[in-house]
Amino acid sequence: MTSNAFELTAEAIWPRGDYSRVPYWLYCDERIYAVEMEKIFRGPTWSFVGFEAEVPNVGDFRQSFVGDTPVLLSRAEDGAVHVLVNRCAHRGAIVRREPYGNAKDHTCIYHCWLYGLDGSLRGVPFRRGIKGKGGLAADFDMGAHGLQRLRVQSLDGILFASFSDAVEPVEAYLGERITAHLRKLMSRPIRILGYQRQKINGNWKLYSENTRDTYHGSLLHEFQSTFGISRATQEGGTTMDRRHRHNLTWAKTGTDAESEAAKVYAENRVHDSKLSLRDAGIVQYNPDFADRISLAICSIFPGSTFHLISNSLAGRRLRPCGVGAFELHFTLFGYQDDSEAMHQHRLVQANMVGPAGLISMEDGEAVEITYRAALAERDACSVLEMGGAGPIADLDHRVQDVPVRGFWSFYSELMGIERAGAQR
Amino acid sequence: MNDAAIELLYDYVAAIDEDRLEDWLDFFAEDAVYQIVPRENVEQSLPASLMLCTNKDMLRDRIVALRSANKFNLHYPRHVVSAPRVRPIGADRCGLTASYAVFQTNMDGESRLFSVGQYRDEIRFVDGKPLFQKKLVVVDSFNVPSMLAVPI
Repeated sequence: MTSNAFELTAEAIWPRGDYSRVPYWLYCDERIYAVEMEKIFRGPTWSFVGFEAEVPNVGDFRQSFVGDTPVLLSRAEDGAVHVLVNRCAHRGAIVRREPYGNAKDHTCIYHCWLYGLDGSLRGVPFRRGIKGKGGLAADFDMGAHGLQRLRVQSLDGILFASFSDAVEPVEAYLGERITAHLRKLMSRPIRILGYQRQKINGNWKLYSENTRDTYHGSLLHEFQSTFGISRATQEGGTTMDRRHRHNLTWAKTGTDAESEAAKVYAENRVHDSKLSLRDAGIVQYNPDFADRISLAICSIFPGSTFHLISNSLAGRRLRPCGVGAFELHFTLFGYQDDSEAMHQHRLVQANMVGPAGLISMEDGEAVEITYRAALAERDACSVLEMGGAGPIADLDHRVQDVPVRGFWSFYSELMGIERAGAQR
Repeated sequence: MNDAAIELLYDYVAAIDEDRLEDWLDFFAEDAVYQIVPRENVEQSLPASLMLCTNKDMLRDRIVALRSANKFNLHYPRHVVSAPRVRPIGADRCGLTASYAVFQTNMDGESRLFSVGQYRDEIRFVDGKPLFQKKLVVVDSFNVPSMLAVPI
């Protein structure tokens, strides 16, 4: 008998202690999904739920989610943004049905229980009954029946929420280097450009792996390597937090020679393509920051991602929808002080990302074909040895998938399935 | 003019469904704008698109990329369009709106509803021949199933 939800010992789950083998049944088990929602998404983690710029004024609200729990971003009279579970404290109905808006309060349609912008219960119809009959008892505690309020922290305008009282502050959770990267993205006032969404038929963890797997970038997304947006021959690498749960994949364009890149890719029999663009504006890169990093995929455990792909900037939120599906919500942004030309350029570069993205549509297909095969091959394992097995550490190249093993390491810790002496 | 505009729309969807995307390009003016936009962005006056080509060269690049670089779910698309509404804008232009539904059928012969939305187009006549000057596809189903590779 074991104490975890899997009814298996950690040694029986993990063939190896460095997560270089991942059993496919971990992606397909309905029972595990419920435990993941509890121990991971509602556990000691922070989830990106939106930007402050999406709810700029008092009374602004917008729906979001933490794991599969619907939440409401709500800016109250004191200017603070609250993250409230969007579920009436009375009978559990969704309180706010509109996706976004501005209001003086949040009222459930079912029995008209009324909540303030901070989620506190303000009104219950017929609370004292009618002519002395019915209603709530005199000692009913209104203060204890508000909308459930999550912990919230804004990192320079990026809103993170957590169900956990125990999780460390956001900066400590992210670590120094990931925090610095997000602060860089938020170093100028942002302008929301819009949303892109897609629903992928696969397990959510396949996407968390995908955003940490830098090896696939220039292989699956052929458009990228052909036009030098991201090639493994460029200066680049992966940077994790100390616990290896998050990752920042980065690269600098213009640091490899076209001829050398073509040779390396041809030698490896990939992308011997004669592709050329008639309108190259779409791949133009106008550095936003002095470090000239032209590609940065920042994956935050468990389901948040921030991308910088040339001049396309976005936060991505992952919503698990049962064991076999998840949604991706892209929030595209630019800066308020962008010139008109830069604004238009960002809108054109939105072609690169999202469900129709020239360098991202493939991720949906990769996840779906992996999931379909995993369903039938539950006892087999994926192989994670690019960049070497064993220790989990930062590397100054991108011919590797080491940060994927970092994801599984922290996953195992939270799920209570970590092998004794396992890599962290 | 109305009949020619409506015929253009029918030719357009037929070319997509029959995988003649290179021919499909011929339905656009050189300075045409092609845009697929989530309805949620339209309603919030937010400018971001799912697909945006601000000239015909960008459209050509899309199709070249689709043919040679992009990987996506193998499927047959099938468009169903409503009776279009056409209104004249000037001597050589008209606006056209129509509702569409796109079904996708996978290689196992299973079909699903992929997208529902509306075309909001502007058609220009050049030497009597209708061309799309602007093709705006407003997607009601903005929670895109799987991915969006083939134009709508």
